[in-house]
Amino acid sequence: MTNFIFGKITLDALPHAWYTIGASASILLGAGVVAFFITYYKRWTWLWKEWLTSTDPKKIGIMYIIVATLMFLRGAIDAGMIWLQQIFSSGAHHGYLTPDHFQQVFTAHGDIMIFFVTMGFLFGLLNIIVPLQIGARDLAFPFLNSLGFWLYVAGALLINMFFMIGGDFAAVGWLAQPPLSELQFNPGVGVDYWIWSLQVSGLGTLIGGINFLVTILKMRAPGMTLMKMPLFTWNALCSSVLIVSIFPILSMTIALLFADRYFGMHFFTSDFGGNPMMYINLIWSWGHPEVYVLILPAFGIFSEVVSTFSQKRLYSYVSLVIAALAITALSFSVWLHHFFTMGAAADVNAFFGIMTMFIAIPTGSQIFNWLLTMYRGRIIFTTPMYWFLGFVATFTLGGMAGVLLSLPGADFQLHNSLFLVAHFHTMIVGGALFGIFAGITYWFPKVTGFKLNETLGKYAFWCWICGFFTAFVPLYLLGFMGATRRLDHYDASGWQGLFIVAGVGLVIICCGALLQILQIIISFRQRKKNLDLTGDPWNGRSLEWATSSPPPFYNFAIIPAVTNRDAFWEIKKEGKPVSTNYQDIHMPKNTAMGIYLSGFVFLVGFAFVWHITWLIVVGLIGSIMCVIIRSFEEETEYVVTAAEIAQIEANRKNYGKI
Amino acid sequence: MEKFDTQNKVIFGFWVYLMTDLIMFAVLFATFAVLRGNTYGGLPLSSLFSLPLVLKETLILLTSSFTCGLSLLAVNHENTKQTIGWLLVTFGLGVSFLVLELSEFSHLIAEGHSFQTNAALSSYFSLVGTHGLHIAVGLLWLLVALIQIWVKGLSPHIASKLTRFSLFWHFLDVIWIFIFTIVYLVPLK
Repeated sequence: MTNFIFGKITLDALPHAWYTIGASASILLGAGVVAFFITYYKRWTWLWKEWLTSTDPKKIGIMYIIVATLMFLRGAIDAGMIWLQQIFSSGAHHGYLTPDHFQQVFTAHGDIMIFFVTMGFLFGLLNIIVPLQIGARDLAFPFLNSLGFWLYVAGALLINMFFMIGGDFAAVGWLAQPPLSELQFNPGVGVDYWIWSLQVSGLGTLIGGINFLVTILKMRAPGMTLMKMPLFTWNALCSSVLIVSIFPILSMTIALLFADRYFGMHFFTSDFGGNPMMYINLIWSWGHPEVYVLILPAFGIFSEVVSTFSQKRLYSYVSLVIAALAITALSFSVWLHHFFTMGAAADVNAFFGIMTMFIAIPTGSQIFNWLLTMYRGRIIFTTPMYWFLGFVATFTLGGMAGVLLSLPGADFQLHNSLFLVAHFHTMIVGGALFGIFAGITYWFPKVTGFKLNETLGKYAFWCWICGFFTAFVPLYLLGFMGATRRLDHYDASGWQGLFIVAGVGLVIICCGALLQILQIIISFRQRKKNLDLTGDPWNGRSLEWATSSPPPFYNFAIIPAVTNRDAFWEIKKEGKPVSTNYQDIHMPKNTAMGIYLSGFVFLVGFAFVWHITWLIVVGLIGSIMCVIIRSFEEETEYVVTAAEIAQIEANRKNYGKI
Repeated sequence: MEKFDTQNKVIFGFWVYLMTDLIMFAVLFATFAVLRGNTYGGLPLSSLFSLPLVLKETLILLTSSFTCGLSLLAVNHENTKQTIGWLLVTFGLGVSFLVLELSEFSHLIAEGHSFQTNAALSSYFSLVGTHGLHIAVGLLWLLVALIQIWVKGLSPHIASKLTRFSLFWHFLDVIWIFIFTIVYLVPLK
């Protein structure tokens, strides 16, 4: 009977180790404090009506960024635990973590940083900026946008659930390669948590990808042809195309692994004719394009930043677009370089090695575009510009390391070494994350109405860049010396010093992160000094600067007509008076259905993890009922009348004077 | 004008969704192509199937696609009775397809060829079963749409929904053609 009610959950599974108890206590404490303040200030209704059920992409974007920030803290703690273990676990000492726990930590670190931090930040920025840049009032499918966000949250909950309910997390590496991740070798619930957290959040990502693809292709302002789109939107489009093409592969591959584990099938098992190599091919044909999903929007951000702060048109817009498209296409032909050592024939390895070198060409050409945009520009060295320059240094270094790894012969030496770890951290931290920081600093005044403190931003940048090189250059060296990744212990006495240097680097990075938190707090307290009253604090070039900061919920009272690239720049040059000929507009209503639906999907995932059959049924029926109820709602929009808009616009002009 | 534009967006979005679904099936087809020979000493897959039964399934599904098309014609003529009639026929054909498929599955399992037996059968059951699951989802969708027509009549909202349903149904037909060819007709060397 208890088996029926609780599935595989037993008292033994409940948190009992210091780290699960500590983590669940801090999660409960944090949630309790937040709940206390919301109750104290009587903000629950406001929170529910204005934020949680909102279909406004600007608000959903902010919520994405908040969740991603929380997950970033979680992932950073994991990183600290990994480094601590590696500093101490040398020779006769075995560190403070058991090998199994250490494996769980690095698995969680990888998954959280990719799926919940980088993807979360990117979707946040896409939500906030893309509709504004193309002159749209919302996304193509506002409800699906809310649903996608809540599925992402459900996935984030599932990956942290083992702290609360117990069990353990996957100890199999971030991509859970079989046969290690099969039931035979991992009978616990860890891999199931991994499967369902990625399955649920991956579904959210897929929905988001479809949404942005349709939005960018169908909802641009009149006159904005494809070749007049800002570069961030171009890269968001390419990123969406990639998401739509690869996330189905991820979902299905994980589903097959789940079928192996739950239904006793034999896709990737090492017996009964299963083929583990197939999993590795499938997962990397998702995994490599995924890297470009992460990096393309960052390229877009840098294009905007460089052009704005050099006060010049981008150097050769067309070649930047071609580069983004070329990367999108070529990214499907390089996945095998992740496993040159698997034993494919030499000609196969050679093909993928050459393709990998090819894809470096469009990537590298963009660097020259940006440098040539700066050439003879009147450069303003703001914090986003600092992040860009840091990016050029780190990304070029990481790119060169990548080209080195693309030689199958060299890869046989460096495969799965710390050299590889250093390489992809250089790309994702120095590329995607620096891009995200640049984007957040650049668009912060647009979202909040005040600028971030520049001094603290620059201090944070210097901590990040110095810390980054201190932390990862030793890993390149250790990789050459033969240190493999995921080491919970090493005997070689010469390595410990370098690991300690890397740990010092991590401390410096943490100082940078703390300075960023301080920057936001201080900037908020000094917001009166840095108010952005014009909506155009940087003398920007694209349409998001054409509306006020923060924008009204309908973004644009009158959709601007676009005649040129750098649309807003041209509008400013023409200097035509703003029309006040307002018309009624349709806006999507708020809906809580995304929350309910994701809640039921969360239950399904959770029930599958613990084999609770009745809960699976409840979750599935609940999800289906939510979809059916939603399909009966026809009035999903409401009308904002021209008079109301005139009222809001008139008040807006006085904004800031109050 | 604005209404038309929304519909256009919705239909385009649905096409994109169908393409993502197609990629999921592509993964299953690829998996099947790799694993179809891995019977782990068991009988080859082609010796397990009864082609007359599969032909019946195929004909039923193709006919249901035709009747689905007829229902959409009726929608365009704003003929509610005919729409409901053809949708009911489509529903009946879909159910009989599903019944035949499930009977084929249970027959195989009863003879000891279950999805747990070997990798080839795992990939067979997953590919064909995923298609069957889609059919089941389609039938549920059809049922809800029928209720909505019954309650609200033929609104533009329902018409758009039926257009999407028909895209979905034809899409499943195309997938089935590939399953019929690749799984059942192409013999293993």
